[in-house]
Amino acid sequence: MEKHYGIAVSPGIVFARALVMESKDLVVKKVPIDETDIPREIARFEDALTKTRAELLNIRKKIASEIGREHSEIFNAHLLILEDRTLIEEVISRLREEKLNVEYIFSDIIEQYSRAFSQIDDSYLKERTSDVKDIGRRIIGNLMGRKKETLAEIKDQVVVVSHDLSPSETALMNKKYVIGFATDVGGPTSHAAIMARSMEIPAVVGLETISSEVLDGDIVVIDGNNGIVIVNPDEETLSEYKTEEEKFEAFVQRLDQVKELAATTLDGHTIELSANIEFPSDIDSVLLHGAHGIGLYRTEYMYLNKTVFPTEEEQFMAYKTVAERMGNMPVVIRTLDLGGDKFTSSLDMPKEINSFMGWRAIRFCLTRTDVFKTQLRAIMRASVFGNLKVMFPMISNLSELLKAKEILAEVKQDLKNEGIEFNDTIPIGAMIEVPSAAIASDIFAKEADFFSIGSNDLIQYSLAVDRVNEKIAYLYQPTHPAIIRLIKYVIEQGHKCNIMVGMCGEMAANPSHAVLLVGMGIDELSISAAFLPKVKKVIRSIKLSDAQKLVEECLKLTTSEEVSGYLDSKLLPILESIEQ
Amino acid sequence: MPKRSDQTDSESHMVKKIKVENKLGLHARPAALLVQTISRYESDITVTKGTKKVNAKSIMGVMMLAAGPNSILTFELLGPDAEQAWADIEDLFKRNFDE
Repeated sequence: MEKHYGIAVSPGIVFARALVMESKDLVVKKVPIDETDIPREIARFEDALTKTRAELLNIRKKIASEIGREHSEIFNAHLLILEDRTLIEEVISRLREEKLNVEYIFSDIIEQYSRAFSQIDDSYLKERTSDVKDIGRRIIGNLMGRKKETLAEIKDQVVVVSHDLSPSETALMNKKYVIGFATDVGGPTSHAAIMARSMEIPAVVGLETISSEVLDGDIVVIDGNNGIVIVNPDEETLSEYKTEEEKFEAFVQRLDQVKELAATTLDGHTIELSANIEFPSDIDSVLLHGAHGIGLYRTEYMYLNKTVFPTEEEQFMAYKTVAERMGNMPVVIRTLDLGGDKFTSSLDMPKEINSFMGWRAIRFCLTRTDVFKTQLRAIMRASVFGNLKVMFPMISNLSELLKAKEILAEVKQDLKNEGIEFNDTIPIGAMIEVPSAAIASDIFAKEADFFSIGSNDLIQYSLAVDRVNEKIAYLYQPTHPAIIRLIKYVIEQGHKCNIMVGMCGEMAANPSHAVLLVGMGIDELSISAAFLPKVKKVIRSIKLSDAQKLVEECLKLTTSEEVSGYLDSKLLPILESIEQ
Repeated sequence: MPKRSDQTDSESHMVKKIKVENKLGLHARPAALLVQTISRYESDITVTKGTKKVNAKSIMGVMMLAAGPNSILTFELLGPDAEQAWADIEDLFKRNFDE
């Protein structure tokens, strides 16, 4: 039995067989062969190609029917690589010349191709290196007689253990059978963490070496409440965790009792409690957990893993579905936030060394106004079907906000000319996630109908802490005195101009931080659906006046540790009573 | 392998130049489309960019050309259906690979 400690990013406890995702290349041995073995090696190679082809066709079909045809298109290129005569003939002729096992020759050729691809001076084609490697790995896996399970082909419950999880891997996942994640890298806001919360499965990230220490089939416990992963637990531990799991489920069920109730403090102050979503299908869970709206609809997930951008019609249908299903409840649609750690294959977006501070989000949209306008048209057309609001991400100076508003006005004018209906008074919000926007929030408040503080990026930029680098995860401190002051200032400036100020980052999902935010006067908290009941229960257990006093005291403290310690000491009895 | 025809009189040999005009150049999807189209023909077809010459029926080869927007490609076609093949290739480029 081994215990590993990481960062808890999605609550819950599960245990199941591990499915370890290959991140390292298979080890291929170099074995000399006899002249007479050549036909056998060729036959093995052809057999592996046939098997790989069948696998790919299967996956392509699955993805086309489950996720959409556009997502499956990338496999056409993969299939063509399998049929590439030049490649096949090269393998066969080298086999005859060098008299070495076909695995070795084939992997050597793939290596040469990948090297050549990675030297191409074109960022898009450069990324094809991973396609070539991916297909190479599949073929070698089949040559070595290894039945490689893929995420799309899982048939019973597993926990996925991997170095990292890319958006395309999670898109492939058969969500019915994946009940937990454990990864080497990542932090609370990495893609794997966000997906786990959206799927409502426990996850622990930042485990550093877990993917090389766990073997396929090991029994793994994932404790997403405490950030612990246990490999091959003994009987005693396993039964302890079984009890924990049951307790946790009972706890979640009790929390759901507050589903219908408002997030009102004991002294009658109501906070708007909303959920963050990635896909229209997340709404079931949003409604189940008793959200009063959607405070952040991350639209970029529609753009990931695609060879072409979603059309206006596709986007319109998605936004309309969300608007209709939420009825009168507000839905904040955040415009495209590509870049940072989210990229798309439909775009020639160069890889940047410092992508979080690079050409992303609104900066990208203001250059690619064609993409931006398509999205805004879809949002405006959907605006008559519910209570939609639009929000621009990564605003760092006023001219960006004004320019974005100007483009929205142009889109409205176009729709008017075409006689298409839309909500002319749709509220326009600015996401406050860049320190410059927070510090100058008095200026921005005059040009926005609402603010939403994006705590993930605001903390990362203010503290100069890369939030996906697990080595400095300890410096990512939501209770840093600078962060508390900054957030309080933004809320005050918003209120001076009579606009609503919400928060849509992970900070809002932490019950004690939520209390602090309520004390500062936040109007809305938007979090992953799974955290809603707990935060709601905390808000219903406190007084606004007490929370305000708490803020006053916290402002006197000098370090993040002191603030966290103080919050714990004051709130522990309340937090414990919620757990009961 | 394309069959070598013995009836040399029915073979035609063509050398054609064309410019890549779609937005992202011959990246994965257009390259796949081009290779799929060309593979339907019996003729031997090669494509050259600069000094790099590859078999136009090889996806790896075509992608390796890294033919970005505005690059000039030279197609060499040899075989009984060369003319028909060229008409199809030209059409693909004209349609900007349906982007």
